[in-house]
Parts: sequence; C-alpha cells; structure tokens
Amino acid sequence: MAQVRRAALVDISALVSRIIAAIGGGYVIAALASVAVLALPMDKSQAVITGMLASFAIYAGAVVWVFAVRSAWRAWAGLLVVAAPLALAAWAVSSGLVTGGAA
Amino acid sequence: MTPANTTKVKPQGRGIRQTMSDLHTWAGLLVGWLLYAMFLTGTVSYFKDEISQWMRPEVPHHQALPDPAAVAQNVSNQLTALAAGSPQWSIYLPTERNPVVNVFWRNAPADVKANKGGNRRGFEEATFDPATGQTLNARETLGGEFFYRFHFQFHPLPVLWGRWLAGFCAMFMLVAIISGVITHKKIFIDFFTFRWGKGQRSWLDAHNALSVFGLPFHLMITYTGLVTLMAMYMPWGGQGAIKTPVERAQMSAQLSAFPPPLKATGDKAPLASIDAMVRQAQARWGTNDVGRVSVTNPGDAAARVAVTRGEATRVSMSPQYLLFNGTTGELLDVKDNVGAAAETRGVMYALHLGRFSDLHLRWLYFLVSLGGTAMVGTGLVMWTVKRRSKLPDPVRPHFGFHVVERLNIAAIAGLSVAMTAFLWGNRLIPSDAAGRSATEVDLFYWVWAATLLYALVRPAKRAWIELLWIATAVLALLPVLNAVTTSRGLWHSVAAGDWVYVGVDLMMWALAGLHAWLAIRTTRHTPKTKPARTAKAAQGAQAPHAPVNATLNEDRA
Repeated sequence: MAQVRRAALVDISALVSRIIAAIGGGYVIAALASVAVLALPMDKSQAVITGMLASFAIYAGAVVWVFAVRSAWRAWAGLLVVAAPLALAAWAVSSGLVTGGAA
Repeated sequence: MTPANTTKVKPQGRGIRQTMSDLHTWAGLLVGWLLYAMFLTGTVSYFKDEISQWMRPEVPHHQALPDPAAVAQNVSNQLTALAAGSPQWSIYLPTERNPVVNVFWRNAPADVKANKGGNRRGFEEATFDPATGQTLNARETLGGEFFYRFHFQFHPLPVLWGRWLAGFCAMFMLVAIISGVITHKKIFIDFFTFRWGKGQRSWLDAHNALSVFGLPFHLMITYTGLVTLMAMYMPWGGQGAIKTPVERAQMSAQLSAFPPPLKATGDKAPLASIDAMVRQAQARWGTNDVGRVSVTNPGDAAARVAVTRGEATRVSMSPQYLLFNGTTGELLDVKDNVGAAAETRGVMYALHLGRFSDLHLRWLYFLVSLGGTAMVGTGLVMWTVKRRSKLPDPVRPHFGFHVVERLNIAAIAGLSVAMTAFLWGNRLIPSDAAGRSATEVDLFYWVWAATLLYALVRPAKRAWIELLWIATAVLALLPVLNAVTTSRGLWHSVAAGDWVYVGVDLMMWALAGLHAWLAIRTTRHTPKTKPARTAKAAQGAQAPHAPVNATLNEDRA
C-alpha cells in the first residue's frame, strides 16, 4: 500500500516537474533564443523582430519535447543542452562582445 | 508506423501519439473555456464595424463619405479646445464600414497627476460625427469594439493582465494544435470520415473535420495572434541589445506608425493646415486611403503630424506614414518601407486582423473562425462525452467531471445568451443614461454569471437544452426588439437598402436557427452510460478486426 502511494507520488512529482519545464523552461528557451539571434550578422532591429517572431514556435517546440520524451529528467536535460549555447550567445550579445552585423 | 515498430515502442510504455494525445487533451481543456470565448468574440469582431453601426441607430444610414481632409481639419479644430494641453491626439478617419470618427488622446500631464478623467493609462476617447465635425450625437456605447477588446484583453480587465492572460491561452492553443496534429496519424483519411449518431465517435469526427478543414487557418490565426502582441510577450531581445536612444528610435520605426514625440519647447504655435497635409497623403495613396492623423505636442512649436495610410488596400500593418512639421506644414519624412523581418510581422498582423478583406473574404474569415469556435466547443464537449461512458456511477459523477460539465454549459450555451444580452442592453438601456456604455458591459457579465448559476442548479442535460432555447429566443427576438425600439426595423432597412441592418437582423435569425438545431439535437441525444460493458468492449471488441494500433488512433480525445 505504502509502495503504491509512493509510486503515485513519484508520478505526480514527475508530472509537475514536466509542467514546470514546459511552461517555465520553454519560456526561458524561447526568451534566450530571441536574444541569441542578435549574434547573427544581420541588422539589429530586424534581428530583434526575427527573434520575437520565431520565439513562439521555439516555445511550442520545447513544450512538445518536454512531454514527448520518456522521463522528466530527460526533458530537463534536453532543455539544458539547448539552453547552454543559447545562454552563451545571449550573454555575449547583452554584454556587447558580439555586436552582430550592421547596427 | 509499422507493426514491427509498434512492438519496439511498446515496452517503454507510452508512444509519442499517446503522450501528445494527453497533452492535447489537457492543454485544450485547461484554457478551453477562455479559448472558446476568445474564438467566438474574435469571430464576430470581423464584423465589429457593422456591429458598431447597428449599436448606434442614431447615426443615419448611407451618408456619402465626406472628404477625409475636411473631416480631419474640422475634428482637429474641435480637439484644440476639447483636448487642450494634451501631448498627443489621434484621429481615426471614417471609412465605408465605420462612418464615424474615433478620437483618442493622452490627457494633459497636469490632469494625469491630478487623476482627472480618462482611464487608468491616462487616455480619453470620443466619437465625432464626420458630417458636422461635432461630438457624435448618439447613444454612448463601445459597440462591436467590446467584443474586439474582450477577444484579446478580456475587457474590462486591466489591459496588461488581460493581454498576458490572452497570450497564455493562445500559447496553450498553439500547443494543442501541434499536439493534435501529431496525435492524428490518419489526418487525411479521417477528414472524409463521419459517423453520424454514434455518440463519442460522432463528436470525435466532428472535432476532426472542423479542425482539419480549418487547420491552416487555425494555425495561422493562433500564431499571428501571438505576433500582434509579441513585443509585450517577448521583450528580451530588445531589452538586451537596443540601448541607445538612436537604436530605440530605429527599432520603433520598424514596428510603430506613431512617430516618437519631440520634447515640447513650451513656445506656443498654432497648427498648420491639417487639411493640406491629408491632401498630400491622398495624392500619394488615394482619396479614401488615409487611415489616421496623429499630432504630437499640438499647439507647441515642436508639433509633429503623422498621416498614416489606411488598412484596407494592402495586406500589411507595417508602418507607412507621412511626417509633417506641425507648425509649418512642411513634409519632413516619408515612411513607406521597413526591413524584411518587420514586413513579415506586418503581414502576419494584417492576416490576423483581416482588415484588408472585401466583403466576400470577410465572410470567409467569419465562417472559418466560426468553425474554429466549433472546434474548441466540440473538443470541450468530447472531454465529458468520452469520460461519461467510463464513469463508475454516471448519476453521481466525480467532482472534476461535474466542474467541467457545468463550465462547458456556461461557456458555450451561456456565452451565446450573454453576448446577445449585450445587444439587448444596447436597445433597452435609455440612450441618455449615465455611464450606459459600462452598463452594457456589466449586463454581459451579469447574464453570463447567471447562466453559470443556472448550469449549476439544473440537471446538466436540462441546463444545456434550456439555455440553448433561451439563446434561440433572445436571438430570434432581437430583430423584433430592434423594430420596436428604433425606426430601423427590417422592412425599413430593406426599403432603404441598408444592408448592414438587414444583415444583422438576418444573422440573428440564422444564429437562432443554429441554436434551435443544437437544442433539438441535444434533446434527442441519449448518452451512452454503460460502464461495465464499455470498458470490456474497448479492449475486446476492437482487437479482432482492427489493425494493431487502431485503439490508439480512434480513442483520441
């Protein structure tokens, strides 16, 4: 009985973890991508708009990923793998290391 | 997916289609009620100008459209007094569909500090009669604008909260569409499948047909809906990289047709001829292709006037305007192109609003959106239909089922009643009542709340049928009410060739017919509630004649 209850608890916490990964993690990925796009060699204001335009597709893709993979751990791992380079690029952009193309 | 493949996936438990099906079900259900309301109010918003005409019966039919340049001059003369000290005002010129002048202005800074008048953001609005240039002498109403503002910001919620909520729902919708498509392996075959009168199967087939038929539209409308407010939902790129005032100005020039205001000098100077500026714009774009005249710092030496292009002649909302020196009338700048990404955004924005469309295309927009509304509605109903057959005790369902069932009734049948009540309020509230515009909106919400109460106290099936009949009655009687309370009943409108009024009256009867049909079908419907048999049959009966993954395909909800 106790084992069944613990299994149910694990299931629920895994589900909650995925929901957080999808809503919160997905948004963070989309936001990072919308900043990282500024590292591309293109006009700054066009890059900002491109980032905004694409962000919702990236968000939706992240949500699908989070629920498609086998476990909540994999979901988070996948998000982190994508987030790391995006965060690096976004950091480079916002600290002025990369200025993209023409301003 | 071949059988060999299936066996490979099986041991890991749930395949991609099963997980996407669950994602589709729950993403759709959680915000489904709000999505349904957003879809339906958005659908009718394609005719918001016509609804506004109907809701201002004092504005006579078929004034020949007055000269936009003269209108702009007359109204701005009025605004000099009415909006004295305002740092910015905007005049939306009349069109064929919307024969009045809508004006918005920012309150004078002193008034904002004193918290005098206007709404929370310090804006005021007024409606002018283009024929006289005076404030419009008609009942005060939001008109079709209410449905429009409900659609993306749940008016009268605070604008920011409402828009975030709408964006949250739209994002769920996007996920529901994508997961719905992944779930749906036989998307093409299923489109040609319809099993009438088969309970859950019929709901499923209806949901599939509505979704697949309109799929490109639903995907487009959801994504472009997010794009309309993207600068609010995803501001990080701009915040991270756009730092200098010059860059900020470049950025805003790509998106906004409002030029950035200069600092007021404090030196008084009268405005140059607005008429002459609008004429220059007309020469460039066409007589009736001028949309808006915006003035910053009117009455100051640093005044600027922007005359923007209309929305009806091109499929883009990217900024196009002429910028004038407000005191000399000199043309300073011509904005008529933006970058590729900004133009993409402009086209997506225009596709969502559909303001470029002529009457035929507008009707297509309306019908496909109505299909989208029905898609959300059938999806919501299917959640209960599917689960009812598996309830241990259908007479006393568990709490979650109860909540969904009742919310469905109020969100679908109740909304029809509430929206029609809004139109009834327009005819019944005295035209000179104080704050009547807000009273109309209050009436909408009170009636909606009443339908929820009704759905909670009546047996579910009775509540569906009765509310659908109430909706039928209020819709069918609205043309009668119109004929009694105004001088613009159906026979008058037909005689006068006033097709907007004829159209609204006939539309009400068409919608009444639709609701009556739904009520009759609901009455005849007998829910299948045989839990023991169904559960076994689901496993046993399908296996012999169906391919391996048939259960996966067919039990989608």
